Amino acid sequence: MISFKRRIVQTFSTIIANGYFEGFAKGTIYRGKLKSFCFPGLNCYSCPGAYASCPIGALQSVAAGFKFQISVYVIGFLMLIGNIWGRLICGWICPFGFFQELLYKIPSRKLKMPKILSKLKYFFLVLFVLLMPVLLTNEVGIGLPYFCKYVCPAGTLEAGIPLAIRNTALRSTIGIMYYWKLMLLAMTIVFSILISRPFCRAVCPLGAIYSFFNSVSFYRMNVDETKCTRCNICNKNCPVDIKVYENANSPECVRCGNCVNRCPTKAIKSGFITEEKGRLSYEKTMDTGCGADNCR
Amino acid sequence: MVGVVSMKYKIKYLIMVISLILIILGIYRGEVAEVLQKAINICLECIGID
Repeated sequence: MISFKRRIVQTFSTIIANGYFEGFAKGTIYRGKLKSFCFPGLNCYSCPGAYASCPIGALQSVAAGFKFQISVYVIGFLMLIGNIWGRLICGWICPFGFFQELLYKIPSRKLKMPKILSKLKYFFLVLFVLLMPVLLTNEVGIGLPYFCKYVCPAGTLEAGIPLAIRNTALRSTIGIMYYWKLMLLAMTIVFSILISRPFCRAVCPLGAIYSFFNSVSFYRMNVDETKCTRCNICNKNCPVDIKVYENANSPECVRCGNCVNRCPTKAIKSGFITEEKGRLSYEKTMDTGCGADNCR
Repeated sequence: MVGVVSMKYKIKYLIMVISLILIILGIYRGEVAEVLQKAINICLECIGID
């Protein structure tokens, strides 16, 4: 049931975030005031349909300008979203996460991602998003959104390709960088068919930011150890390969709910904490005697 | 255990307060206009045209 609900939410979220269809038809982008706000998922603001800003793009472009070294507005927004939901955004809202999930449905040989690669996203966050736009500037102090420019395949998929198709002026200026980004997108697509959510787990700086909040967010996962038999069904069905009953609120967890769905003893739940002692809202009535973090 | 949970509970609210302060500070500093200004123009770097 959760998985059906999630698909509906992911579909609507993608359509709503990119609902400016006139942009796709004309090869332009939305230029209204909604772009002052950030969308919580990774969604390029140069996508012809995008109504809101990409937080990673906004973070870099503000820092790359000469007015501010860091955008407290965007950081505050990301902290607020992370604090409430943690990486639930990755699993339910992010259009690029949804895109990777659909690709992983394509029948093929499936591979596991080495765990060490999940640390790479912090490198991209610190170097490409936080440091380079501020430190590598031109003579008048203006930098570039380096992650968007050299790494992000979402920009190519959502903006580069649709704009190049519909906008003749832009198409005429395509150069080597465009082909570099096309290659990165192609690699992302191939890896997404073979590995579950490779970009989210190894590259995405937004996922890296939200991951800091998974252990303290209001929305959280909970394993009732009185019910858990450690059958490992949860772990086998986890798209990001975490050991659910050992660390349900791991920084890698995207709160997709697969483990909740598959648990044969219904030991895994997710929800908002409402009581001071850390119980989930449904536990008020059930009173399983279990806390929010696996009773540990 | 109760102490750890209680601390986490306090941290949640502390983060919420800090994040709201940062958002308000950002609005006060005029960052909203900066974000809007960047986002209403096609980001050539984002699409791979430089």
